[in-house]
Amino acid sequence: MSTQNQDKEEVRLMKGNEAVAHAAIRCGCDGYFGYPITPQSEILETLMELEPWNTTGMVVLQAESETASINMVYGAASCGKKSMTSSSSPGVSLMQEGISYMAGAELPGVIVNVMRGGPGLGTIQPSQADYFQTVKGGGHGDYKMITLAPASVQEMADYTVLAFDLAFKYRTPVMILADGVIGQMMEKVVLPPFTPRWTEEEIRANTPWATLGKPHGSKPNVITSLELHSEEMEKINLRLQGRYRIIEKEEVRYEAISCDDADYVIVAFGTSARVCQKAMEMARAEGIKAGLLRPITLFPFPTEILSTLGSKVKGMLTVEMSAGQMVEDVRLAINGKVPVEFYGRMGGIVPSPDEVLEALKRQLIR
Amino acid sequence: MNVKDIINPANLVYQKTPVMNDSNMHYCPGCSHGVVHKVMAELIEEMDIQDKTIGIAPVGCAVFAYKYIDIDWQQAAHGRAPALATAVKRLLPDRYVFTYQGDGDLAAIGTAETIHACNRGENIAIIFVNNGIYGMTGGQMAPTTLKGMKSSTSPNGRDIPMSGYPLNITNLLAQLEGTCYVTRQAVHTVAAVRKCKKAIQKALENSMLNKGTSIVEVVSTCSSGWKMTPDESNKWMVDNMFPEFPLGDLKNI
Repeated sequence: MSTQNQDKEEVRLMKGNEAVAHAAIRCGCDGYFGYPITPQSEILETLMELEPWNTTGMVVLQAESETASINMVYGAASCGKKSMTSSSSPGVSLMQEGISYMAGAELPGVIVNVMRGGPGLGTIQPSQADYFQTVKGGGHGDYKMITLAPASVQEMADYTVLAFDLAFKYRTPVMILADGVIGQMMEKVVLPPFTPRWTEEEIRANTPWATLGKPHGSKPNVITSLELHSEEMEKINLRLQGRYRIIEKEEVRYEAISCDDADYVIVAFGTSARVCQKAMEMARAEGIKAGLLRPITLFPFPTEILSTLGSKVKGMLTVEMSAGQMVEDVRLAINGKVPVEFYGRMGGIVPSPDEVLEALKRQLIR
Repeated sequence: MNVKDIINPANLVYQKTPVMNDSNMHYCPGCSHGVVHKVMAELIEEMDIQDKTIGIAPVGCAVFAYKYIDIDWQQAAHGRAPALATAVKRLLPDRYVFTYQGDGDLAAIGTAETIHACNRGENIAIIFVNNGIYGMTGGQMAPTTLKGMKSSTSPNGRDIPMSGYPLNITNLLAQLEGTCYVTRQAVHTVAAVRKCKKAIQKALENSMLNKGTSIVEVVSTCSSGWKMTPDESNKWMVDNMFPEFPLGDLKNI
């Protein structure tokens, strides 16, 4: 595969959704299982167009539902295979059962949610209103899911690779939480280099728990989330919680722009962060010392940096394409040190930089 | 003949297959699951496929199948076993992949996964234990509960205007072009067990021949759920279940 590294630095123009498909093939993904839903269908369409089963051997299958898709990921992941699915908000709601089971059975896998507005069938326009569903559980039981929030087409590609790395490092499902803007917009992107799919020997070495067929004389592998003895079930929960604490310690990612001398910090992720960066620049041009803190991991949340900034600034403004969800985690991190205000739009509306600047002045500076 | 002669290895006429674990079963006396498990374990030994077989367990009484048959297992969410099996078989085409499901799992909550896996002609074997009741949760009405049959959620018997008809999903699956072998068996007599074993063997063999999906329905008893003795259950099954779910091959390509 190394011969294909020659186009490593080639800059391409494509949609965020297409970048996910290309990156999946390139990082050695074994299987993609998905179901059409706007605004992410290009992921499945691109994979079907690229026919990776003829090159890397990657399996691509259009399932009968999102429920089936996530359970196909469960089956593939149980075999130590790198597998993924993608959907948009209503479809991801259907996947919550499977995600909870994957968390319980400690299975690695990647789920891409290109969010659209809800509740219900809602709108096909972009939204960030699945923050709670993603980072607070969504499915039943005490679990957490590493959540990566891309803000560009480049990050759609990069985080697809990163998501698989983290999923296998911690044996957990990982969510890429994008939105309709990131999925649909076209930008330049440098795709990741080709990495071969794991051989069966590598799978046995990397994931000794995988169900590949029990070798003679060895104990069988069993993938399950079931344990009827309460004491044992609590131990499993404690193990999972211990892993989440390690993830919180090791895997926090964020981008801080002009925060060092800032009087006011805007907190936003994904598309909102792009808008807020412009608003921040406009504020600076007017002499307002504004900064931007962009969480890249929503779980683990960048609590520490926010807390540190909270001791230095006069106030924070959280901007989301929702009624205000991440703002609760920002407030927990700030813990009352300074005012944390919220500005958001719903229904598939992307706020403008002018609106954000106006909100910053109106709600914080006064 | 004294006891010493009886336990003399030279006089051995029957031995439990080593593919069957020594753990005590949680199945009730008279339940068909134990027999079907034994048949499967024997086949896995006889076909010498223990190292290349992956079982998908359901939610329901057979959720603990992994405790009894010594192979790699995945335990699926309720009804989703055929979706898991689809991915496993496509990624590991040289493995024997089967699902083991009850009627609630396969014919109610998992109907979509069942029909679509069969319609795609996934090269898997589906073992479908149909006892007309939800056993694990305490004897509630299943999609295959017979007309007038009592259960904890149909205490006066299944009422067709209220709950619809018993679902003969195996007949339905036989209509799909993706299935190659669809058969209905039972394990209530020695002869039936032998026939059932042959059917399951064929289903497992088919999964390596790229022919499509094989389904073996095993019309079964649930003495606890039916509130009968094991002997009464077998008789009741013959008199009441078999007319609704007649034994024999529905499709064999």
